[in-house]
Formats: sequence, C-alpha cells, structure tokens
Amino acid sequence: MTLTRALPLAGLTVLGATAAQAETLTVATVNNNDMVIMQGLTEAFEQAHPDIELDWVVLEENVLRQRLTTDIATGGGQFDVMTIGTYEVPIWAERGWLAPLDDLPADYRVDDLLQSVRDGLSQDGILQALPFYAESSMMYYRKDLFEEAGIEMPEQPTWPQVREWAGQLHDADQERYGICLRGKPGWGENMALATTMVNSFGGRWFDMDWNPQIDSPAWQEAIGFYVDLLNDFGPPGASSNGFNENLALFSRGNCAMWVDATSAAGKLFDTDESQVADALGFAPAPVAKTEKGSHWLWSWALAIPASSESKDAAQEFITWATSEAYVNLVGEREGWTSVPPGTRKSTYENPNYQEAAPFAGFVLDAIQGADPTDATLEPSPYIGVQFVGIPEFQSIGTQVGQMVASALTGETSVEQALQAAQRATERTMKRAGYLD
Amino acid sequence: MTTARTPSVASAPPAKRSALTEALLNRRLWLGVLGWSVALVIFFPIFWMVLTGFKTEAEAIAEPSLIFSPTLDSYAEVQSRAGYAKFAINSVVVAFGSTLLALVIAIPAAYSMAFLPTRRTKGTLLWMLSTKMLPPVGVLVPIYLLFRDVGLLDTRTGLIIVYTLMNLPIVVWMLYTFFKDMPKDILEAGRMDGAGTVQEVLYLLLPLTLPGIASTGLLSVILSWNEAFWSLNLTSSQAAPLTAYIASFSSPEGLFWAKLSAASTMAIAPILVFGWLTQKQMVRGLTFGAVK
Repeated sequence: MTLTRALPLAGLTVLGATAAQAETLTVATVNNNDMVIMQGLTEAFEQAHPDIELDWVVLEENVLRQRLTTDIATGGGQFDVMTIGTYEVPIWAERGWLAPLDDLPADYRVDDLLQSVRDGLSQDGILQALPFYAESSMMYYRKDLFEEAGIEMPEQPTWPQVREWAGQLHDADQERYGICLRGKPGWGENMALATTMVNSFGGRWFDMDWNPQIDSPAWQEAIGFYVDLLNDFGPPGASSNGFNENLALFSRGNCAMWVDATSAAGKLFDTDESQVADALGFAPAPVAKTEKGSHWLWSWALAIPASSESKDAAQEFITWATSEAYVNLVGEREGWTSVPPGTRKSTYENPNYQEAAPFAGFVLDAIQGADPTDATLEPSPYIGVQFVGIPEFQSIGTQVGQMVASALTGETSVEQALQAAQRATERTMKRAGYLD
Repeated sequence: MTTARTPSVASAPPAKRSALTEALLNRRLWLGVLGWSVALVIFFPIFWMVLTGFKTEAEAIAEPSLIFSPTLDSYAEVQSRAGYAKFAINSVVVAFGSTLLALVIAIPAAYSMAFLPTRRTKGTLLWMLSTKMLPPVGVLVPIYLLFRDVGLLDTRTGLIIVYTLMNLPIVVWMLYTFFKDMPKDILEAGRMDGAGTVQEVLYLLLPLTLPGIASTGLLSVILSWNEAFWSLNLTSSQAAPLTAYIASFSSPEGLFWAKLSAASTMAIAPILVFGWLTQKQMVRGLTFGAVK
C-alpha cells in the first residue's frame, strides 16, 4: 500500500477511535412540550458531557407505554433512559426492572425534591426514577363571570357548590357551559377525574382484601353526581372530551369552570393560546365528604432500565435533566413559564418563576397535598390517587371508563353501568389471583 | 363494461335505440358522479391533512376554514426536531428490500403451485393465508425475544425479514393467480425447444406476467411503507422508518395537529408520488388476466 493511500485510512481509524469513545444513550420519551424542550437542549448536555451522545425516541404516550413495557419485560435493552409515570414506577421497581438510584451525587440535592413526588417514585425509601415534572389537578374558573353573577370563590370549593354555580352560569344558547370535565373513556382520561371524585365522596376502588367496591353507595353517589352535572350543565358531546378538547373549549371561553391538570395553567395563562387569560381564576379541586384524594398526583420521571449497558452515563443524563441547573437553563432560554413544574422546592422559591407564574402557589399546594399512599377515606391496599398501582389497572380502568362513559351518554343508567363495572372488575381480579 | 353492451344498442330498432342510448348515457353519468363522489370522500382526509400542515397550531384546532394564510412553520419545527432523511431512507430500504426478497421467494413458490400442483396445493395456499388472520400482537413477545437474542432489534435487516414474512402470503397468492392465467402451452412449447426450468421462468414466465409481478411488487411496497405495528415495536433510534416519525408527533396533550399533519404529509409524499407514477402499471396488473 502506498503512503498516499494509507494516510486517509489512518485518518479514518483515528476518527473511528474518537467516535467509539463517546457513549451513545438511547432516550425514550413522551411527546409533550416539556420533553420537546429537553430534546432541544441536547446540545447543551453534549457540550457539558463530550463523552456522551444522545439518541432520541419520541413517541405518543400510549405507544410509548406499550413500546417500553415490551422492551423492559423482555430485557430487550433497547433503551438507556425511559420516561415513565408514577403508575409504572412502583410496578416495575417491584419486578427489579429498574436500576435503583441510591448513589446520587450530593450536588443533585435530593432533599430539594417535593416529598410527595419523591414518595411516589420510591420503593423502600430508594428512588427508582427521577421526577422530570409533576402535576396535580385543580379548578379553573372565569373570574369575570363569577363577578357578574356575584359569586365569591371560597378557599376550598365543594362539589355541591360547583353544581350550584354551574347552574347559574350555564347558558347553552351562548355556547357557554357551566362546567367542562373529562368524559372521554380511558384510565388516564375520564377515570382520572372520576377517581378523584369517588375518593372525595368517600369511595375506594378496592377494600383491604382486594374486593372491588364499584357498586358501593359512595361510587353511586359520585358517578351519579358527575353524570348529572355534565348532562345538566356540560357541553354537548362531553363523552368525547379529554384534556385537549376541554383545554380548547375553556381557552375559547366556552366553559365557566373546568377541573383538570395543573399543567393546563401555563397554557391558559398564555395570551397567544388562550382568550380567557385575563379573566382566569384558580381554586383547589372541589371536595365532597373528604379532602383525601380529591386531587391527583402524576409525574413523568426518568428511569434507567436494569437492562441498560450504559447505566453510569444514563445517570449522568437523568441527574442533569432533573437538576435545579436544568430548571434555570430552561427558564433563561425558553421563559420561566416553560420550566418543568412540580418537582423542586427551589423552583417555587425562585423569584423569576413566582413572577412569571402566578398560579405557582396553587400548584405547589396541590402537589404537596396529594398523598398517593393515603388517598381514600377508608383504608385501601393500593398506592395511587387517581389510579391503582397494580398492572391490571390499565385494563380495569379503561373498561370501567367505558362503562362510565356509557352512563354519561345515557346508553345505560349509572346503576347498571356500575354493576357491570363491578362484575367485570371482579372477573379480572379473580383471573389475576387477587380473589378466590 | 359499457362498451360490451354497445352492440345490443346498435342492433335495436331506432326508436328504442335513442331511449336505450339515453339510458346508457344516464347510467354513465350517474356512474361517473358516483365514482367521483367516492374518490372525493376517500381523498378528502388527505387533502385536509395537507392543508392543516400549512396552518398554525391555533388555526388547526379552530373552526375548520379553507381561508388562512399558509405558513411553513410546522414543517420547519418538525424538521428541527427530527431528521426526516434518516427515517425516509429507512422506509425506502425496508419497503423495497422486503418486496424484493418476497418476490424472490414467492416467484418459485407460485410457479410450482401454478404449474406443478399436487393435491395439497390448495390446502397450502389457504394455510398460508390463514397466517394473516393472527393478530400480530400475539407473536410480538416471541419475535421480540428472538430478535433480541440474534441482535436484530432496531436493525433494517430485522424489519426486512418481518415485512417479507408478513407480505409473503399475499405476494404468493397474487402471483399464483397471475401465473395460473398463463396458457400452459407456451411453457410447453418452450420446453420442447429445450428450455430448462430456470430458462422457462426467466425467458417466458417473467416477461409474460411482468405487469402482474409489477403490481404485486407495488402493493407489497405500499403495505410495507404503511406498516406501523412492527416498525414501532422492533425499532428504536437506528432503523426507525417514517411510521415512527409520524408517531413521534402525536400526543394526547397540547397542540399538535399542524405539526402532526406536516409530518404525515412528508411521510406519505414519496409513496403518493410513487403511486401516481406507477398507477398505470398497477391498474394494468390488477386487471391482467381478467380480460383474457
């Protein structure tokens, strides 16, 4: 081989060696605003960590959930970082699918994480995933309409009060509806809200022996209240409205009240996206018999699967993406309303954030007040406010969600729907071995 | 179908003829209207998607309107978030690779079934088709484990293998019907002239059934291009085709319609253009045999 031929080859070898030094992490995440911002900051991370490269797999929530479950259950090892929710963390951790995060660096300041969020992501006191953002639920209302009608919002509204106000403010001819609530069936859709209502009306999914309680008086009362409220004072076709549809309705001025995720606050407050930004009022989620479990707790968290071969590099990345420094970086680059909320005390102490997000206090209170380990009036054997932390719940929740939606459309009565839901859940629980 | 009836009109008495011609014209008119309506109904969602891609996110969820000032913002954002080229190249390689492989396997199979049938041929054909009736999710975990062990997860080779197997029953069936319609005498004549099996297939069968083979190939390319279950489940970052690209812009929260439409338009554009260019071949192939 001549020298001129050999030289470029040598160059290639050097290039190959440099490329081999950089470790590539495959990060699977969900497609939403906060994650898109994180993906956009790839360069900032790679500059600070020249030995790590990031490859992204971004998917819609349900597709992502199925994709990650297949990979982690089979030990496929396709991903080094997974974005999962508070529902998956305890279930996956119990099966040893996640790498425990017991040696986090001191400058990560674990104590700065909000306790309720931390609890939701820990097993036996050890964090299994780091919270990227967290949300609870609260009530949004139109201050202008409330003032016009002479209604004063108390510190803690109740569901019967909400019904009364909805009746006063409902004006279907003007396409202004008393209240908007989720009706689209799904465990993460209508059942998220319905479960918080059931909790607050004194109900629970299961008793301590895992017997389903769906046909109990508390469920009848809560779901009956929900169905009547939406049918009397809700928008037409409420059974097909999820978060997005209600967000669109409320921001166009079609709803007087809306109870949903705290993450909507930033969007409703943004004058580009919302026509009601100036008249927006916030209140805690309504309660009935108890405050327990009246607002949910959800968090998207970054976890490292036990099957990953790059655990150290993956930990570097997840500690960076959930750090105080990351929150500040997003605040400076994208604006303070865009920072991932709900995870760190320092975010809520930050004057820049306080100024940009007047709803911050409500969100913080809601998240701190949600306790996934004690969300029902009577004792229950499960963890989770708006869900039950067992693998079977996805199918149970969605099935019951469909039955509740059929009661909402009037296809069946509330009683029939709940009886059918009770029977279906009993069958599933028997098959899964919880019941004899 | 209408031309076949023309002779009966011509042989009818004059008075009757004009009435018949009118009825015929009427029929053609209504058939035309019906055809166009069906085409419009089918095409409308695609048209709406292309239109939405040029709207802002706020316009995309507002009251549907045809009047708006078009913007390329969504395309720019989609492009900045995920490199289109990488996904598109994967789609092209996987769709054409699997089609080629399927044809290479299916042509000899269909040849033997069409020209050298045994009493089990019919059963074999039906059995092959029955594999299409199994929901793919039923075999996801075994295939995932298999792919993990042989290192085929997130590789284009892996997807090509799965797509080939997925489309093989349809490809064999289509080729079988095309081959069956070919007169056996031609092959026999070739054999008398001293052609062996390979020459028979290469010089007689393939050229004569080319429109059929082409349309089978086109259908296989389209099916592979649009396949979304395996491509989402067996790939992550390296081999992900355009279906995964679209999936990354869908979301249950936030405003995403314009971006999703822009991504979908970009994903279907190549196959749409390909479909238009090969439309003639496709129709010729699909009606091939039926008119003989």
